[in-house]
Amino acid sequence: MKLRAPVAALAAALCLLSTVLPAQQSAAPPYTVVTREARRPLATRTIAGQEMFALDDLARLFSLTVREDAAAGGLMVTAGAQTIVLSTQQPLASVSGRMISLPAAPVRDGRLWYVPVDFVSRALASILPGGVELRKPSRLVLAGGVRLPRIAARSDAIGAGTTRITIDVAPPTPHTVTQEPTRILVRFDADALDLGDIRIAPGDTVTAVHQGDAGTVLAIDLGPRFGSFRASDQPAPTPGSARIFVELLAQTDAPAPGVPLPGTPVPIPAPDAPPLLDLPTPGGLRAIVIDAGHGGDDTGAKGAQGTLEKNVTLGVARRLKGALEARLGVRVLLTREGDQAVASDQRAALANNNKADLFISLHANASLRPAVAGAQVFYLNLEGYGDVAQRAAQATADALPVLGGGSREIEITPWEMAQARHLDQSAAFARSIEAALRARVPMSARALQQAPFRVLVGANMPAVLVELGFLTNAAQEKQLIGDEHQNTLVQALVEGIVRYRAATGAGGTR
Amino acid sequence: MPRRNIAVAGIVVFAAAAAWFLFIGLPRWYAARRAPDAAVSTAATAAPSVAIRKITATLYYLSDDGMTLVPAQREIPFGASVVEQARAIIEAQIAAAPPRLSAIPAETKLRDVFITERGDAFVDLSGDIVTKHPGGSLDEIFTVYTLVNALTVNLPAVTRVQILIDGKEVDTLAGHVDLRHPLAKSLEWVVHDTQ
Repeated sequence: MKLRAPVAALAAALCLLSTVLPAQQSAAPPYTVVTREARRPLATRTIAGQEMFALDDLARLFSLTVREDAAAGGLMVTAGAQTIVLSTQQPLASVSGRMISLPAAPVRDGRLWYVPVDFVSRALASILPGGVELRKPSRLVLAGGVRLPRIAARSDAIGAGTTRITIDVAPPTPHTVTQEPTRILVRFDADALDLGDIRIAPGDTVTAVHQGDAGTVLAIDLGPRFGSFRASDQPAPTPGSARIFVELLAQTDAPAPGVPLPGTPVPIPAPDAPPLLDLPTPGGLRAIVIDAGHGGDDTGAKGAQGTLEKNVTLGVARRLKGALEARLGVRVLLTREGDQAVASDQRAALANNNKADLFISLHANASLRPAVAGAQVFYLNLEGYGDVAQRAAQATADALPVLGGGSREIEITPWEMAQARHLDQSAAFARSIEAALRARVPMSARALQQAPFRVLVGANMPAVLVELGFLTNAAQEKQLIGDEHQNTLVQALVEGIVRYRAATGAGGTR
Repeated sequence: MPRRNIAVAGIVVFAAAAAWFLFIGLPRWYAARRAPDAAVSTAATAAPSVAIRKITATLYYLSDDGMTLVPAQREIPFGASVVEQARAIIEAQIAAAPPRLSAIPAETKLRDVFITERGDAFVDLSGDIVTKHPGGSLDEIFTVYTLVNALTVNLPAVTRVQILIDGKEVDTLAGHVDLRHPLAKSLEWVVHDTQ
């Protein structure tokens, strides 16, 4: 009984220590900088929840010059003729004149400046001649064009004594598969391998999968009942990666009906398995067009207090533009900058002409029933358009004669039906936006809908129309004109876009 | 000379009076005579209501929660041809029917209906459906599909409906639903319990 108080005090002290310590020093292992010639450690520090590199360390490793411009509140990082200007106040940097965002602003400690680890991938990668790649999961920084493919593998029993080893490789790397008495070797044309998640259930035909004696070989150790194998390249699970199947067939004493003979090709359907590698999105988004609904004489819906839809949509559109530029570093265009009328065709045309990856039309709703409230997300419904839309969706290729003779296959889609080819992406985009809005604002009972909306038909990219709320509902009208709610909506829309980007890679089918 | 002036003045006054009588007075009097006739004739046809054939049609109104259209069975005048029947349906659908709430502004007037051999109906409405519309995509969807469904559900000869405003094709009513093409029936927005 007497012991209890000191033990409790000790426990409390330990708890306190454990919360204080990580803020002081980072417990995380260092990153490894891999070049063709060497591997060097690169320490990180966690400052205010952000993992950071010392700018001096990066300068030494990559021959950068760093100059502080105290008067302008900036840090100039130069490699060759290219320069990054880092703001010391805000999480922003200008890379060769292009603005990008960082998770946090640089932090000064004594004489040293620290930058978030993402500085390497978002800023440094653009200015270093050989490029540089940050691999957070394996804590690597790859420089000088070193080829270090990421590898993940998994085993699945697919019946009839067959085990399938699925190997995902990113980026796609040339490889050969050879058999030795006790193992199968998958040899990659690379400088080294970055082994990720290897999930193998040991069995009769396979006992383990590991890195081989040579650093660029993946070895599959065979079990006692192994008979033969089949290797095949499969469709890429995600852009920027490749998938290999190595199927191990067990020995069979007497071929039973239905059991495949070793060596006979058996069509085994490749399941639509999720990617094994957690890859960063290739390319990402470049441009987004935000359409502030209505404008000019077309005031849109009107609230009881006189709030006009055109003003709400413009207000949210402007905020969203700022948030997207700062957080995602993408180019954002508005279909109208002020209170002017814009034709429907012009709205989609702006997005098409600027090769936008996404199109979002913002609106505020109205109902004859004042109780109706909640946000809604729409994507296009082509049912009403009949066979014109059907043809557009199939996008038949026509052979057209070209200059100098011959012909070339060209996809012809009626301009005003451009959206027909993007409906699947638009549906996914709408789902992402709806889910993100649902987490933050009240939603309508029919939150995700399809409708034949005029402004969406001509958009040649994933496109959605978002109804932010009902102006005819007194409580929502008040919310929709308020800064707080508009910011919440913007936050949700940014999250929806981030979710969509994460789920699909880049901007859809372009 | 003064005599001659008086004569000229007299002729001018007479000519003016004659002109007034001929071009203004006579038509007014004639119109006034015709009006009671017309009133009598409609009254005469309306009085023996038993004689007027009626049919039951499905019309659409806004649900209490405002989130769907609700079908309602209504007696409407019988139309001898498909076009006349279409007119009767649209007119009944536009007419206020308290306590039911219609998604079509009550001020809207039906100008004309055309039906093509392919089964496309063109419903020409007065501009009131635009100017009196409260806006908002949800109610616009309801307004459009009230009209589209009222015709396609009741008339097998009509498969698609295009809305015209004051005789012209339009982009939209209130900025959302694409009206440049005829629209097919959609029960997506209709709840299926008949009132």
